[in-house]
Formats: sequence, C-alpha cells, structure tokens
Amino acid sequence: MSCCDCQGKGQEELNLIEQFPEKREQLEAYIATLDIGDDREKNRGFLIQSLHKAQDIFGYLPLSVQLFVADKLKLHLSEVYGVISFYSYFTDKPVGKYKINVCTGTACFVKGAGSILEEFKRYLNIECGETSRDRKFSLGALRCVGACSLAPVVMVNEKVYGKVSTKMVPDIISECK
Amino acid sequence: MIDSVDKLTQRTADLKGRTQAGTQVLVSMGTCGVAAGAAPVLDALKSEIANRKLENAVKIVETGCMGLCHCEPSIEILSSETGKSFTYGNVKPEDAGKILDNLNDIAAGMSTVERTWYYPELEDNTENKIQARIVLKNSGRINPELLDDYLANDGYSALAKVLTKMQPQDVIDEITASGLRGRGGGGFPTGMKWSFAAAQKSDDKYMICNADEGDPGAFMDRAVLEGDPHAVLEAMAIAGYAIGANHGIIYIRAEYPLAIQRLQIAISQAEKEGLLGDNIFGSGFNFKLELKYGAGAFVCGEETALIHSIEGKRGEPTFKPPFPAVSGLWKKPTIVNNVETYANVPAIIRKGSAWFKKIGTEKSAGTKVFALAGKVKDVGLVEVPMGTKLRDIIFGLGGGIENDKEFKAVQTGGPSGGCIKADKLDTPIDYDNLIALGSMMGSGGMIVMDEDDCMVNVAKFFLEFTLDESCGKCTPCRIGNKRLYEMLEEICEGKGTAQTLEKLRNLSHTIKDTALCGLGQTSPNPVLSTMINFEDEYLAHVQDKSCPAGVCTKLITYEINDNCVGCTLCARNCPVNCISGERKALHVIDQSKCIKCGVCYSACKFHAIDRK
Repeated sequence: MSCCDCQGKGQEELNLIEQFPEKREQLEAYIATLDIGDDREKNRGFLIQSLHKAQDIFGYLPLSVQLFVADKLKLHLSEVYGVISFYSYFTDKPVGKYKINVCTGTACFVKGAGSILEEFKRYLNIECGETSRDRKFSLGALRCVGACSLAPVVMVNEKVYGKVSTKMVPDIISECK
Repeated sequence: MIDSVDKLTQRTADLKGRTQAGTQVLVSMGTCGVAAGAAPVLDALKSEIANRKLENAVKIVETGCMGLCHCEPSIEILSSETGKSFTYGNVKPEDAGKILDNLNDIAAGMSTVERTWYYPELEDNTENKIQARIVLKNSGRINPELLDDYLANDGYSALAKVLTKMQPQDVIDEITASGLRGRGGGGFPTGMKWSFAAAQKSDDKYMICNADEGDPGAFMDRAVLEGDPHAVLEAMAIAGYAIGANHGIIYIRAEYPLAIQRLQIAISQAEKEGLLGDNIFGSGFNFKLELKYGAGAFVCGEETALIHSIEGKRGEPTFKPPFPAVSGLWKKPTIVNNVETYANVPAIIRKGSAWFKKIGTEKSAGTKVFALAGKVKDVGLVEVPMGTKLRDIIFGLGGGIENDKEFKAVQTGGPSGGCIKADKLDTPIDYDNLIALGSMMGSGGMIVMDEDDCMVNVAKFFLEFTLDESCGKCTPCRIGNKRLYEMLEEICEGKGTAQTLEKLRNLSHTIKDTALCGLGQTSPNPVLSTMINFEDEYLAHVQDKSCPAGVCTKLITYEINDNCVGCTLCARNCPVNCISGERKALHVIDQSKCIKCGVCYSACKFHAIDRK
C-alpha cells in the first residue's frame, strides 16, 4: 500500500489514539465486551469485527490504531496490517468528508458507469481510490449496491443517486456542501 | 416462550385467526425500494391515514422487496373483505390521497402492475404465471421485523417437525430426496454435503450461512435476508440438527446494513421466544447463532476462504481436500451453504421432498431466483422453476429490450459465467444446460446486453473484476489473469493480432486447469464464452481494427456528415470544445482533440454524426 506525499509522515505525527482519548475509550470498551483470552488463534477470530468498530469510530485505520488493536487482541502488527491490506472495506488512509462511490457492478457497467467514473475523475482531478487535498472528496468504485433498476448508480455517503448521466456529475458534486 | 410444539401450534392458529384490518397496504421497503424513494411514500400514507382517522380500517405493512424493481416504489393493496389485491408501481407521495380515496378498486389515474407469480406451496393456479415463489414466498408479503408475521405463515413449523418427529438422518434423507442443489454457484447436492459432516465424529460442528453476496449484479440473498430473515434462521437450525452442529454463523457483507439490522432483530426475537438457544421445543437440541461481517473480498464466497475470514485471517482459499465438512472452522466439521439454499429448506420439510422434486427439471429441482438487470425494460428480482426458458424470462418477465434495440447476449453466473447468444434463448435453464452453454448458474445474476455492448469489452470488464478480487495466492490466477487482461486491452486498442487470440485461448485453458480455487478456475469463462459465441467481434477488432458496437474508443472516430444543419448543439455540448463551425454551416470535429466521449453523437437530433 502506498501513501501519497500529502499524507505519509504527517499522518504518523497525528496519533489518533493519543489525540482522541474519548474515541480510544469507545474502542477499548467495545473490545472489552469480546471474549479475549490468551489463545491467539481464538483472539484472531475477533479481529475483523474489532477493525470494523475501529474504522467506524476513527474513520480510517492508521498505524496508531492498528498498533492499539494488535496490542488489545495480543496479535502481531503484521497480522493486523495483513488483514487491513487484504480487505477492500478497510483503509489506512484518511477519507474525504464526501465519499463518492460509483457502482461498477455489471448492470451499471452496461449502462455506462465507466464514463461516469471518468467524468468524476475529470471534475475532481483525482484518481479512483484517492482523496482530494482538502479532504472534501474521496472517489471510489464499488461493486453492486443491488439497485440495478436505477443503474447507473452513484452513492455519496449514504445517499443513492439513480439513473446518473455524465451531465449530472457537476450537480452531484455541487450538492456536496 | 414457545417452548413446546403445542405452544407453537396454538400461537400459529391464533395468529391465522386474528382479525385483520379491513385493508392492508404493503409497502416494499427493501434497499432498492428505499433508494427509489419508498420512505416519503410511506410517510405520506401514514399521515394521510392519520388525517382520515383510518387507523383501525387500514393497516400499513412494511415489507421486504417485492421484486418489482422497475417500478419502485411499489405498494400492494390487500382487501380482507373482498379478497382482492392489486399492486401499484412508481408511487409518489402525492398519490397517497388518491389511493386511500378508493381502497376497494384501482384508484383513478393510477396504473397497476400485474402479479406474474404463484406460490407453489399455497396454490396450484399456474395459468399465465412464469414465476413460482418458494424462496421469495414471504418477501414482500410480511413484515420481516415481526416474528408473528412469520409464525402466521407456518414459520418454525418445519423446525418443530424436525426436532420432534424426525431423526437427523431422516432430515438428510429428505433433503437428498428433494434434489436440492447449492444455490450459491456450483450446484452441489445439499443433502450429500450435509451427510459428509454428519458422518464426522466431533465434539463441535459448525453450520455457516454464506451471505457475502459479492457477484456484481446479483442481490437475491440480500432480498431474502431483508424480506424473510427468519426463514434462514429456521433452516440453519434444521441443518444444525441434521449434522449435529450447535453453532451457526451467518457471514454477511458489511455493505448490507439493512439486512444486518433485520437479521439482528430476527435473532433476538427467536432467542427470546426460545426458537434459538437451549433445548428448543423441549427436544434437548441447542442451537446458537451469531453474525460475522465480511469486509469486501469477493474470494470469501469460496468456502475455505470464507472460513479463514471468520477465523480473522486474510481470506485466502486452501487446497481441498480436506473439505470443510471434515475439517473446517477451527478445524471442526463445517458446512457452508448459501442464503438461497437455506431459504428452500423449511418449505421442503413442510411439504415433503416429493412436492419439491416435482418443481423444476429432473436434475435441477425447485426454483431459482434471478436478478434480471441490464438493458431489459422491466428490471426485477424473479423466481422461476428450473427449466424455464431464457426467452420467457427476458422477453416475458423482463418485457424485452429497452428502447427497442436488438438483443445481443445474456450474461449469467457473474465473473465465473459466460455470455449466451440469441440462438440459445430457448434452452431450458438448469445447472447442467448452462454449463453446456459455457456459462454457469452462479448466484443468479442475469444481465441482458444489446447491440451497443462490445463483447470484448464485456470480457475485459469481468477480467478486471477478477484481477481486483484475486487473492494472489496462486500463480495462474494472480499472473495469468493479469496477462489475459493485458491481451484484451491490446485487442480493444487495435493492437491485437491473430496470435493474440491464440495466446488468449491457450492461457485461458491453462488457468482453468491449474488455478487453486473456484474463483481462478472459472475466471477465464467470460473470455472463452465470448470468444466462442462472438468470434466475429474478436476478429473485427483484430483484423479490421474496428469495434462493431462502437464502444472501444481507440477504434472509433466521430465525423460530421452532410445532414448537419449547423444548429451548434454538438459544439455547445462538447466537453473539450473540439467542434467548430459557423451557425447554419457544416461543423467539423478536430480529431486531434476529440476524446471520443460520444456526447455529440447522442446530442445530435439530425443523425449528422457518424460513428465509425
């Protein structure tokens, strides 16, 4: 996983665990409800749900959060990082305030999702999987939200836009305020 | 607490006899319904009912998906007095008043949608009905958040029958005799799978439900979980009893928040009533269920990868044998079945294997749910008996092709499947026929394509998906698919030769033969099936350097012909300002600047732009 130059070091100085004690407590309280023991194999069974919780709380999973989870579950950092890098749901980079996701499931694909994604890239001047410098927008592609009758579909955070055309792209962006 | 069969029978009888409000208004509140705007419709209906003080006469039922995706938000009106029912599609909040004005008949100015299905468990009337609903029987008819609604439809009676009247072996025999095959992809006989785990001696066994529906364009599992979650819980407990497992785990996509919420509600209801937990129905059988969340990895649909994911590892598959039925989760015997497979089980137990076997074809019993989408008029979730012809689904249920274009292909089986062309539309679909056509059942995505779709590009799309989702463990899948993708890119860019096609074919076969898991072994299917069925299109890309469907941008050019009246519409719409010309004079496209987006082509009202 590569970090672009706007993050990297600066991000590590920003230790989320130290900076947000109330968030840390929230995560700590959740992990305390799990049946963590000395058997690392069994502990590992709780890893993915702990990471889901951590990402819910912090928004993303930088090194400080990974270390915290690894410590609590008595796992190696490499095991935690291995899981984060494998599953597309987890991210160790900060995400934008508005997460724009273009559905690239098959139904949306045949209805032109590709050109819509291109249009978003052009307007936001970022690639798929990137976040704008002001951390306002993240652009991504997701696989089928199951609203195929509305294809092509774009999701902005929880909001679904259906039957999107390239012409609607600037309007969708300007609605994010 | 429903701690005995007598109590269940009594409760069900009471619920069936309960006095219903004069009229029920069913509002389809699945994810797709909500996305299409069902919530404001629901609010409008509620406030209109309150204004008119109709609370006692009209009851609103928030249901799961009715399957009528093309006309969401949809609502169904059920009159308990006249027994009549009708369904409205594309309902808007302002229609609420009109609908409530006339509840006994079709409201003025509203269009209805005809129900095209019957319920094999309840009725024999199959006249003019293409669909038969077993799996989706309760979806769109009951409130999935109310246990009573499920109980009123004979819910948990199959579990009661199994726990009090049948031995575990009887259950396996019944499922084997029914001919039920796995609905998640491969079509392995479910009863046989269970018998492998039942034969294992172990202190712990696990029953897993694979709800990590990742096939792009398939959403039937989500519809079942959102519309009828208790059916899956009941089936898992039945299966647990059959193989001797006391633990069940539902592995569900984190991207399905509504399904997760409804499962959580259902599990806590069932636990509270003693339908899950210790000593169910006083039989001495214990069964506990928990939810585990996926995190966005398609390969986790493969059972060994799924098990590793539950264990908190990277979801990489391992070589079989040992099969999970022998050594699975935490090295204990484990059965993984898909949501739709489970949803068939209670009906089979209630009505018997002979009843189930009569539906469908000889080797593929029962029904299959398909997510019909793409370039078809009426997109929807349909459930048809096995053996139904593709033509009846696409042109009967789907209403044919959008915008009166020409049908080109239908893709089934998702990234593991293939494209079927027009001359095979009359093939009855079942597991074996689809494999013979170079495709497969998969989880049931059915994407229709028209003349504007380039089949080489479609193959490239699926390969891109596989590349993204390959776990990287075995070389054929990790590197082989990358090479396949690069070759398809070359072809789409007009750099392909006859040799490229040959290499493409050979490498596809090699990957099929050597990849570790189902994902890799089936990943070249989209390439091979399009190469066989649409060879002329590949040849056009390679020999003539043209894309007949006009999709591959490197191979097409846009030119303005003499039909141009100089209206300037194309020039005003062009995003890169590469069209010039005086008003009322012929316009010209600057080919060096053109990005081939096709905006001018669709904007022109005079057919003055040629795509070559």
